[in-house]
Amino acid sequence: MIKTLTCIACPIGCHLEVDVDDNYKVTGNQCKKGEYFGKKELQNPTRTLTSTVIIQGAIYPRLPVKTSDEIPKDKIFEIMNCLNNITLKSPVKVNQVIIENVANTGVNIIATRSM
Amino acid sequence: MREYEAIVIGGGSAGLAASVALHNEGVTDILLLERDQELGGILNQCIHNGFGLKVFKEELTGPEYAERYKDIFVEKNIPYKTNTMVISCDKNRIVEYANKDEGFVKIKGKAIIMTTGCYERNAGAIQLPGDRPSGIITAGTAQKYLNMDGYLVGKKVFILGSGDIGLIMARRMTLEGAEVLGVAEIMPYSGGLNRNIVQCLDDYNIPLYLNHTITSIKGKDHIEQIVLQEVKDFIPIKGTEKTFDVDTLLLSIGLIPEQSLAEKAGIILHSKTKGPMVDESYQTNIDGIFACGNALHVHDLVDFVSTESERAGKAAAQYIKRSDKNVGLSVNTIANKGISYIVPQTIHPKSIEQNLELFLRVDGVYQDMDLVIKSGEKEIKRYKKRHLAPAEMERIIIPKQWLVDINHDLEISLEAMK
Repeated sequence: MIKTLTCIACPIGCHLEVDVDDNYKVTGNQCKKGEYFGKKELQNPTRTLTSTVIIQGAIYPRLPVKTSDEIPKDKIFEIMNCLNNITLKSPVKVNQVIIENVANTGVNIIATRSM
Repeated sequence: MREYEAIVIGGGSAGLAASVALHNEGVTDILLLERDQELGGILNQCIHNGFGLKVFKEELTGPEYAERYKDIFVEKNIPYKTNTMVISCDKNRIVEYANKDEGFVKIKGKAIIMTTGCYERNAGAIQLPGDRPSGIITAGTAQKYLNMDGYLVGKKVFILGSGDIGLIMARRMTLEGAEVLGVAEIMPYSGGLNRNIVQCLDDYNIPLYLNHTITSIKGKDHIEQIVLQEVKDFIPIKGTEKTFDVDTLLLSIGLIPEQSLAEKAGIILHSKTKGPMVDESYQTNIDGIFACGNALHVHDLVDFVSTESERAGKAAAQYIKRSDKNVGLSVNTIANKGISYIVPQTIHPKSIEQNLELFLRVDGVYQDMDLVIKSGEKEIKRYKKRHLAPAEMERIIIPKQWLVDINHDLEISLEAMK
């Protein structure tokens, strides 16, 4: 069975064809990232999640954060819930760990700016 | 009146990159003026990732990308003022600005770089039909409210226009608990990048209605309902009406270079890009005034804003240091079949440094075409392109030696693949 996908590894957005029966062989990709994405998207889809958390005493009331690596797609809303329960105090440095091992994913939530 | 070597108007990604480039070329008497309370521009509210793949070879969020450039800028001790609004700039390169500490100030620049970014088209720009209730807001404004102020503008949302900011906001508002009912796009293709259709709409089962537009808005004080209708050749088809109960309509219907200052200075704007006409050094028709970034033409990748602005900064530095302003013969770039626009609009072949940077957009979605560059009868280069779309800007670098002998306009077109 051939599945068609749009690669999201970069803004080019290659149109991929993945042969599920041939060990998830990927064609249509222009780089190695596309091959990796095609295989993973059909077996264990992951995403980088970006959002904000409350921060006090900074120039804005919200600090932008992200997952330090990709997390399973089905964990997104669970992690959003974790972020809603956080209140930080300024100062925070970019890359500072905000939550360790969020939702048991092995991935941290880190700040994406200093504030 | 204080005279600076260079004045940079706007402290976003373009202004930061241009200033750093000026400084690297030995021009240190710079003043950068920024109206916001901090540097970084629109990147500060673009908390999603996808920035920096070309410049830093890694995937960053907007604030991370901004912070890296801010750090480089601050390390060089380049003078700048925030909370400072530039009121005017004239053809003699006299800039008037105002801020709380100094009041009203007049300064002059040997060179000026306009890096004022762009603004969002709004309801008036598309003559949005129906009532005029509250709850209709541009996607970028909603993005600032949500990502910087922590304020979600609505819970039942429809989005008109499939530009990238609209797609990004569809996901963002869904994550924060809003229900996004759909995205309407009047064209047969999306105005945003493919990857955003996948990871912002498909991931959350948000429908994209191509060839559709909103034909009515209902609501007394606040928006209550929209009517979506299919179109053919931009004309709504009777009987295809669908109604949606909403409390918010986001508009993601395009960006326009911010050029209110440029127009007053007598800078000639291009009909398609809506930004200034420039040459290969990003100089406008006004001597010593340069433009780059989204103030010149709207980019889809900040990485290209940075690289373009570095070139503009470097060219401005050379302009400041050069006594002989003769740049030689000039030819135009002509957007022929399949091409919507080309930046720069004019070229001085003898003045090109090492290579020429060209940006262009195509006028529709194409598969397997040749992008052909000609000057007179001479074919300069033919590039094979598997996929071309208006949402995806093309960047072409042409070595100087291919261009030194040309004396006809540079014409670019799409042809069937050879």
